[in-house]
Amino acid sequence: MNIKLALALSATAMLMGGTAMATDVKIGVLNDMSGVYADISGMGSVVAAQMAVEDFGAAEKGINVEIVSADHQNKPDVGSTITRQWYDQEGVDMIVDVPTSSVALAVSEITREKNKIHMNTGAGTTELTGPQCSPNTIHWLYDTYALAYGTGSAMVAEGGQTWFFITADYAFGHSLEQEASNVVTKAGGEVLGSVRHPFPGQDFSSFLLQAQSSGADVIGLANAGGDTINAVKQASEFGITQGGQDLAALLIFITDIHALGLQTAQGLVLTEPFYWNLNDGTREFAQRFGERHGGAMPTADHAGVYSAVTHYLKAVEATGGKETEALLGSMREIPADDPLLGPGEIQANGRKIHDMYLFRVKAPDASEGPWDYYETVATIPAAEAFKPVAESGCPLVN
Amino acid sequence: MELREDVPAGSTAAIPHDDQGAGRLHMALFAVLLVLFAIAPMFFYPVFLMKVLCFALFAAAFNLLLGYGGLLSFGHAAFFGSASYISAYTAKVWGVTPEVSVILGAITAMILGVIVGSLAIRRTGIYMTMITLALAQMVYFVALQAPFTGGEDGIQSVPRRALFGVLAISPDRTFYYFVLIVVFAAVLLIYRIVHSPFGQVLKAIRENEARAISLGYRVQRYKLAVFVMSATLAGVAGATKALVFQLASLTDVYWTMSGEVVLMTLLGGMGTVFGPLVGAGLVVTLQNYFASFGAWVTIIQGVIFVIGVLLFREGIVGIIAKWIRRPL
Repeated sequence: MNIKLALALSATAMLMGGTAMATDVKIGVLNDMSGVYADISGMGSVVAAQMAVEDFGAAEKGINVEIVSADHQNKPDVGSTITRQWYDQEGVDMIVDVPTSSVALAVSEITREKNKIHMNTGAGTTELTGPQCSPNTIHWLYDTYALAYGTGSAMVAEGGQTWFFITADYAFGHSLEQEASNVVTKAGGEVLGSVRHPFPGQDFSSFLLQAQSSGADVIGLANAGGDTINAVKQASEFGITQGGQDLAALLIFITDIHALGLQTAQGLVLTEPFYWNLNDGTREFAQRFGERHGGAMPTADHAGVYSAVTHYLKAVEATGGKETEALLGSMREIPADDPLLGPGEIQANGRKIHDMYLFRVKAPDASEGPWDYYETVATIPAAEAFKPVAESGCPLVN
Repeated sequence: MELREDVPAGSTAAIPHDDQGAGRLHMALFAVLLVLFAIAPMFFYPVFLMKVLCFALFAAAFNLLLGYGGLLSFGHAAFFGSASYISAYTAKVWGVTPEVSVILGAITAMILGVIVGSLAIRRTGIYMTMITLALAQMVYFVALQAPFTGGEDGIQSVPRRALFGVLAISPDRTFYYFVLIVVFAAVLLIYRIVHSPFGQVLKAIRENEARAISLGYRVQRYKLAVFVMSATLAGVAGATKALVFQLASLTDVYWTMSGEVVLMTLLGGMGTVFGPLVGAGLVVTLQNYFASFGAWVTIIQGVIFVIGVLLFREGIVGIIAKWIRRPL
């Protein structure tokens, strides 16, 4: 089960440093290593977790960290077996990452049952901090609300008054459209209409033509993964962004842009919590990450894993142990701040908040090199970017 | 005149049909298996063992249809998955006890089996397979869209209630024995079906349908009956699995699940009693213990399948049966 990436130096460091007591913690990186999210999370998350441990100087501080990782294949049953085994048999204290909503919810539930800690950076469902929230789960990076809100509000502020949605016809797509529509109307925009496409969708031409002829300023894609990629490709063939309309993807990652290429993706508007080329701190991290991960730039999820593991280790250092309640309390007390996601805090429902950014994908001639894809359009302040705690529907909040 | 050149010496045709001896051997093997599984939680992780058991039953139910009925269904995920959803839903929302939710799940799969089966068996071969696939995909879309399934999030945190309302079985180790009993009972039932006169007629239909018709058997009814039985037992497996993992999700109804059960059955040995159990054990172990190899899991699975198909087409148990010259 475990590729052991143990940091064996710690023992010697401890003897030399003469630290009073050593704490052994085991962190499990559980994600998709073979499927659709392998680029977004995958081995990159393991690298990010290792870097977090090294940068924190865990060994010098008397914390022995062991990192284990596994592939949940996007199957909740595989993920749940691994999670149980990690907690019951291998002594894992904290599980990080976990893309795919269904797996994340399963991991969150088991974590609560076993009274351990889950820091989720990979999944987008608002259920994790909503009706199915748990005191043991911290939703660290993003959720669909934040993405819809960021894109919706900032686009209206930028002058995108009228909207038309192309929505994947299942619960996820519907909720994404609903959240974005609410934001748009609240910000003073208008939703002209929407059309639902079957999931998974291959041919988007009729939906795109409908969206084009609606004359809306912004065409919102309320879908994910392969559907979004297909829609963006076909939109590029129809010359939608060149025709003056904005195309806004509500759930897309930098690896998707990398796969699509700038020629196809140019002009696309999207919200992400992190971009490697944002400031000096992110660039420095990205460069070190690239050296260890085959030249690829870190995704938001990789940055999230780094940030979450760092914060967890801060709490371990502060409490001097790994007692779950103490750690959870300490993580809520210590102000979250790191070079990647910036300052933030953890709310009562387990939602961690920080600034989000609205980006526009560059045109090929504006890009200065590989992975230079985004220009920043707007920064959405942490306080606004996420769903208000009172509206989350989390039973822990009263 | 040699009609089938590709039949290797000592193939199933050459295995002596000593039914009583075989029966005693099978019973002995079942007893050994039961004892092994009864003490297994001391050595292996119970949740992993429960997963093996659920998939073993799923593969055995599928093998009843493919191995003995000669009907290849590529839609068994529909029965497995729908039962898993119903079991999870009834346990969570209606608050029924485990045995009731398993039965309700199995009934759902049975009803679905009657519908899918009666349509599919009107055709044979690849056409039948495609019909089962198409209907199973419809079930998948229902699971995706219906409000009670929770869409792509699935039904989560399903409680394990007390058995019959009195026996607390929620810890993994205790629940394991509930699963063990359900699965063993179902597998023995399959064994009984296969070795009954009904099973003999099934094999006759598989070998030569025209001759079975000419002998006066109502072939369609036999086919439908075995289809429904297989669907129901797949449902038992799915319903139990939902309680094991305390969740039901789209993975269970997706077509890849139908593919996985074909893989397990072929790898273990189609048309053998123990083959599906071995195949399921192997595939689940691969998925579980190789999870840390990341992308290699699916590749290793594929390579093993290719090797299996090229080198031992009878499957692992099939080839052992050939060696010891006894049906297993």
